Amino acid sequence: MPREVALECRAVVKRYGAVLAVDGLDLAVMRGECFGLLGPNGAGKTTTIEMLEGLLTPDAGVVEVLGRRWSDAARDLRPRLGIQLQETQLAEKLSVTETLRLFRSFYPAGPSPPDLLALVGLESKAEARVGKLSGGQKQRLSVACALAGAPDVLFLDEPTTGLDPQSRLQLWDVLTRFKAGGGTILLTTHSMDEAATLCDRVGVVDRGRLIALGTPAELIASLGTAHLIEVRLNDGAVTPPAARFEPLPGVREARVSDGLVTLGSTAIHETIPAVLRALAEAGVAVRELTTHSATLEDVFVALTGRHLRDG
Amino acid sequence: MAESMGRAPLWPALRELTLARMREFLREPEAVFWVFAFPVIMTCALGVAFRTRVDEPVLVGIERTAAAAAGDAATARAALQQASGFEVRDIDPDGVERALREGIVQVVVTPGTVPIYRFDPARAESRLARLAVDAALQRAAGRTDAFAPRQDAVRAVGSRYIDWLVPGLLGMNIMGTGMWSTSFAIVTARTRKLLKRLVATPMPRSAYLMSLVGSRLMFLVSEATVLVAFGWLAFGVAVHGSIAALAVVSLLGAVTFGGIALLVSSRAQTVEGVSGLLNLVMVPMWVFSGVFFSSANFPEALQPFVQALPLTALNDALRAVMNDGEPLIAIWRELAVLTVWGGASFALALKLFRWT
Repeated sequence: MPREVALECRAVVKRYGAVLAVDGLDLAVMRGECFGLLGPNGAGKTTTIEMLEGLLTPDAGVVEVLGRRWSDAARDLRPRLGIQLQETQLAEKLSVTETLRLFRSFYPAGPSPPDLLALVGLESKAEARVGKLSGGQKQRLSVACALAGAPDVLFLDEPTTGLDPQSRLQLWDVLTRFKAGGGTILLTTHSMDEAATLCDRVGVVDRGRLIALGTPAELIASLGTAHLIEVRLNDGAVTPPAARFEPLPGVREARVSDGLVTLGSTAIHETIPAVLRALAEAGVAVRELTTHSATLEDVFVALTGRHLRDG
Repeated sequence: MAESMGRAPLWPALRELTLARMREFLREPEAVFWVFAFPVIMTCALGVAFRTRVDEPVLVGIERTAAAAAGDAATARAALQQASGFEVRDIDPDGVERALREGIVQVVVTPGTVPIYRFDPARAESRLARLAVDAALQRAAGRTDAFAPRQDAVRAVGSRYIDWLVPGLLGMNIMGTGMWSTSFAIVTARTRKLLKRLVATPMPRSAYLMSLVGSRLMFLVSEATVLVAFGWLAFGVAVHGSIAALAVVSLLGAVTFGGIALLVSSRAQTVEGVSGLLNLVMVPMWVFSGVFFSSANFPEALQPFVQALPLTALNDALRAVMNDGEPLIAIWRELAVLTVWGGASFALALKLFRWT
């Protein structure tokens, strides 16, 4: 049996006044999949996820959730979705358990507040006021609220932005278990690690369009280079043109910017000596040479010429 | 409402939302202070300032004049002291206007063969003082009364200012705390994107709005009890009608102003914005709706407007029950005005309300 589509966007357009936030986006997320929307701030990730959540109405195109449309199935869809919004601040004067009991009361079925606390590892904070929680604890509570109705689909908008590494790991653990239970996840992130760790597939969004789609491994492989070499030159050195590096052994791609040479290579053991030799011949001193395996960040840079965090 | 009929459970959501709202309120000590202590302090201050002056003396000033008129001044002083009910003060000639303006005295007598009365005809107590002083001086000068009337002091229920004031303060409090607390709760939840988060759940939207009004009703019971009990214990302000009727009028008032609060805050995005709107709505009612002075003071042409205000209806209904002991049936008109305001506001608020 082929896997069912859980979430679908077809040629979706959304404008805010003169700004085109989402520009003809196509997307399909399968049941049981964890799908990541990756892109810089302002790329249209939040707008896209909020249209799927039924909080925004697209100006054109079709949005389907669990095979149904918001216009005629809102009442049936709401109880099946768990939603975590980027900017929501829960009531600070309520306790953690009171908050969960409140959210639980909106759903016909779902885990009890103590079970929800256990799901996100906040048992010790059951009676604490929301206002006294750390950022990571608030974020886990926010996810627990999203899980209150035992949803089929979980939407998370930048769930780990601003969290410390340990809180991120705890949250990833919660999501991994939700997925293991058969749940579908759509999350947005501008964290490469997060997408690579959690997501079965990643869609790269830029300026309201989906510019790449695939598993993290596929996207990285699409660069055609398994490794990247970065050579930083001494201050004041004249950077040679990219054409100087392209013919070197193993080099698939060369980019130069002021004082920095970035080479995509399929054989770093051949490329590195050749690069150093070429630079020495050009009379340019090297300050630092680093290599790393290609990441989604490199994919984004290759696709857009910009870094993700540049926004 | 179609939503509340669907699978989304209305009652558990309504119960939890109401509880959450009450907890939030009770955990905000400042809000609790303003809601409960403020009306009591207000009643106390106004009750003392306007306490009934049964045998309050008339304050008369006698202008210090040249030695030539000293005899006339002594005569006037003796006449007033003999008549009793006057408190006489000496006023310097250049202090007359100030003494009248500041209420230090209500009338100033410039002694002479023909005395001069100086008073402010715009002030009732000043006019009355002039009459009383005139009568005392004329009698002392030899005028005789045509007859001695029999006097019967009326002590009708609710005739004191404080009796009249307490229901007005109760009405103002029902309006004020209801409007402020409901609006602030909504706008805060909107700016914190909590409203947006709530509509992302299957929560029936009407349950949220009803919970705000519902939690107000819970507090109203204690608020109104504190104020009415204080008025009774401290000033002997009695409830002449039934407590049940008073409760019905108060609850209806609270629901009405809850509905108006929902409407006022249906679009506001900031606390500053909603504060302005609240003042725009409430300040005219403080002035026109007879909280501190009777709305009958306004000219006939303004009366249709004054009578249509919800706070006028609420204050009139509260006074009818508390001061005059009227049953609910006698105040059906006021109750109808409140119901129309509340119902129309709630319906319009549901349509206009912005959740994001």
